Amino acid sequence: MIEIINLTKKYGSFTALNNLNLTIEKGSVFGFVGPNGAGKTTTFSILATLLAPTSGTAYVNGYDVTKDPKQVRKHIGYMPDFFGVYDQFKVHEYLDFYGASYGVPSKERQAIIPQLLELVNLTDKKDSYVDLLSRGMKQRLCLARSLIHDPEVLILDEPASGLDPRARIEMRGILQELKNMEKTIIISSHILPELSEMCDYLGIIEHGNLIASGNVNQIQSQLQANKILFVSVKQDIDNAIAFFENDLNVQLVERDDKDEQLLHVSYEGSDDDQVQLLKKAITKDIPILTFSQKQSNLEDIFMEITKGEE
Amino acid sequence: MERFFTLFINPVLNKEIKLRFRSFKSFLGIFFYLAICGLVSLAFIYIESTFGYGGFNATDSRNLFMVLAIGQLGLVTFMTPGLTAGAISGEREMQTLNILLTTQQSSTSIVLSKLFSSLAFLVLMLFASLPLYSIVFLYGGVSPSMVVITFGFQLLSMFTIGSLGVMFSTIIRKTMIATITTYAMMLFFLVGTLILFVISLRFSMAYNPGSVSGGNEYLPYLFIMLNPIVTLFTIYEPSAFSYELQATGIEWPLWSGFVISYFLIAIVALIISIRRLRPSMKVKTRKKKE
Repeated sequence: MIEIINLTKKYGSFTALNNLNLTIEKGSVFGFVGPNGAGKTTTFSILATLLAPTSGTAYVNGYDVTKDPKQVRKHIGYMPDFFGVYDQFKVHEYLDFYGASYGVPSKERQAIIPQLLELVNLTDKKDSYVDLLSRGMKQRLCLARSLIHDPEVLILDEPASGLDPRARIEMRGILQELKNMEKTIIISSHILPELSEMCDYLGIIEHGNLIASGNVNQIQSQLQANKILFVSVKQDIDNAIAFFENDLNVQLVERDDKDEQLLHVSYEGSDDDQVQLLKKAITKDIPILTFSQKQSNLEDIFMEITKGEE
Repeated sequence: MERFFTLFINPVLNKEIKLRFRSFKSFLGIFFYLAICGLVSLAFIYIESTFGYGGFNATDSRNLFMVLAIGQLGLVTFMTPGLTAGAISGEREMQTLNILLTTQQSSTSIVLSKLFSSLAFLVLMLFASLPLYSIVFLYGGVSPSMVVITFGFQLLSMFTIGSLGVMFSTIIRKTMIATITTYAMMLFFLVGTLILFVISLRFSMAYNPGSVSGGNEYLPYLFIMLNPIVTLFTIYEPSAFSYELQATGIEWPLWSGFVISYFLIAIVALIISIRRLRPSMKVKTRKKKE
């Protein structure tokens, strides 16, 4: 499991990470989402013992990254967002080298390398030179490399970036298998749909601040201050507008551009308030045909909260 | 004991040696190096035996040995920065360093492996040139112990300049700048020390005219003991620089100062490299400036 406590990283006056607190339970998949430069890679670098925090700390399987980095390295498999490969290394030699670097005995390496190559679908490339592989294959090989010492925690920084749709789907399949193997995975991406499907929990980070975390529904309710209610009325639309505008929880009432009988009601009340609103509308004889809530997906919310970025 | 050996026999060293010697370039390099050394030696013998007084005798053989040894030392000092100054920064530029640093390999093992694997090629070159030295033995004039001393000397120079190369490669992010810095350091050892030796000697003579023979001036000695070529020359020709060295009042032979200082420089450079390879994960507690 991973526990991040008050983690802060500053570069001079610039704060890359501000007081991050996060707990990722054993065996769960946590997706870290945020625009470029939000602090995802900084967090991952600290977890991978490649960067010292300015303050705060993080624990990986109970080991403090600032006090026991050697033990932390034993328990993590790290895949950076950008990585290179050695020229003139063959695929199986590449894995063998890193296996040896992690202290995996030779016999075990010989047993595990074919399994890993099968997992990432590179068995037929085992004698190919690494630098001749395609980008997607290199990404998969790097993922296999991060698994060579059978770590419990995987830190995957943008594992699907720069991949074509097919390679992305293949990568997703591999991650699903790792999830089934009960690895604790922290994975970052700036593409939400990619993550929301496979992650148990998500964290949205912006300007070094974690602005929401939890499962997909929790995040939606955390981030969505106002819900949009769609109300269509059979007739007497002005009366309906006046009724909704009178409600204290209603922020704004707008008519739909195309459908004259449809209203967009921006509402900030709770679910109970919403029930009362509908009841009251019916007792006031507002001829409501339909009453529904706009289903915004995570991507819409993410775009909304980060729209100042681009 | 096992831990000690794993510092030297480890995956990084295996990988480096495998990759370095896999390329055809390495063997071409050795081929041309030996061809040039061989040609120089044979040309030297030919010129001396054809045009020299009394054919190619033991003195000529000794001169040939000195030319070969000092030439090879020059080559070692020129090649070492190029081979070592990219050891760590090259990995950083290739974006392979981060992955390596998250493995279980200790910083000591990574740094030493990088150094030894970079120097392995030069060591191979040196040993490959051994048969050339056997030409010298045909004519006499040089004892086998002198050959051993010469090789030891070259290895130590290589080790120290290589350690400095690895240190600069660790603390400087760009290979290009690390290489230039290491070459600058190497030039300081070869030329700078000689200039500083002459200047400091002139100063000490000017201020203490009476103390030229048997004075107490350490500075000229400290400068000149860092110069590998001058030091090696004083081993072959003990009378060389003897007048100047008297002024320093230090009776130690120059080579002992060289050996001690080069070992110390190498050890300090390696300690710095090992400590700076991975970031210190300790959270720094600083007093806030208000």
